[in-house]
Amino acid sequence: MSTAERSWPLWEVFTQGKDGEPHQHAGSVHATDAEHALQNARDVYARRNEAVHLWVVPSAAITASTPEDMGPFFDPANDKAYRHPQFYKVPKGVKVF
Amino acid sequence: MRASHPALAPALLRIADDRLILGHRTSEWCGHAPILEEDIALANIALDLIGQATLVLQHAGAVERAGRNEDALAFFRDATDFRNALLCELPRGDFGVTIVRHFFHGLYSVLQWDALARSTDQTLAGIAAKALKESRYHVRHAGEWVIRLGDGTEESHRRAQEAVDALWPYTGELFMQPADEADLVAAGTTADVSLLAGPWRAQVDDVLRRATLRAPSDPWMQRGGRDGRHTEHLGHLLAEMQIVARSHPGAQW
Repeated sequence: MSTAERSWPLWEVFTQGKDGEPHQHAGSVHATDAEHALQNARDVYARRNEAVHLWVVPSAAITASTPEDMGPFFDPANDKAYRHPQFYKVPKGVKVF
Repeated sequence: MRASHPALAPALLRIADDRLILGHRTSEWCGHAPILEEDIALANIALDLIGQATLVLQHAGAVERAGRNEDALAFFRDATDFRNALLCELPRGDFGVTIVRHFFHGLYSVLQWDALARSTDQTLAGIAAKALKESRYHVRHAGEWVIRLGDGTEESHRRAQEAVDALWPYTGELFMQPADEADLVAAGTTADVSLLAGPWRAQVDDVLRRATLRAPSDPWMQRGGRDGRHTEHLGHLLAEMQIVARSHPGAQW
């Protein structure tokens, strides 16, 4: 059996540090199924109070942009300064936004 | 401080030694588990168990008032002074044996800590409340594995069933209530472990059924650990666990 056949599927792990915070990508684990992935994620990424909540997602379910996409996908946003919020002056008197 | 009941320190040793010996056994997997994630999981569980043992041994040392701290109790007692159930000292075996043993002992631990969390001994109740959360996780980890191994491949099923058959005769001792703890149970200090057998069996049967495994019907059970009569395996384990502390008495690390 090849290594690929022997190894378990890969899962991406997202941890939430506190209630209300966004889930952030922490890393990945190998596991046979979702419940197993949750356990492994807990042991590898959340055993020292790093998280109050966990998501695991099959890595195969993620559709990602490719490195070649870098130019066409992301460049156009950068040469139009008015697309960035920093372009706009914050009116006087606004403290929280 | 009022002198404690003379049976309290021995009763605490029974609780602590289970976790110390099983924790040490589990630590033997460090670097040897089937996959990285499981290596970390087993090392965590070993640390949890040794941490639980440390707290209870500290308490036992204080209750005993013989000047022994947790290190003295862990590293300078001989096999006949240990009070762990025989189940905890058996060799680690293959992954199936390790998982089935964790499942059997973990379920017992959850039930025992749950009862001890209501102990009239405030120190013990505090330790139990903390340990209960850890043990609940241990059972979840082991239980999920029992189901996957039992209901997995032909080989994993065979090995899991062999582990159940081999370990089963060692489960009865967990629920044999030591006679010298009668006063402590009456005072609400320790839990009557014989009352835990029913709930334990119900939960074991549920998981074994989902794992397509079966419990042996032979009711004969091994015993002796709670009275200091151990298998040959404990001495070898202790030799390894105690060698550093005994070679360098008083060393700090």
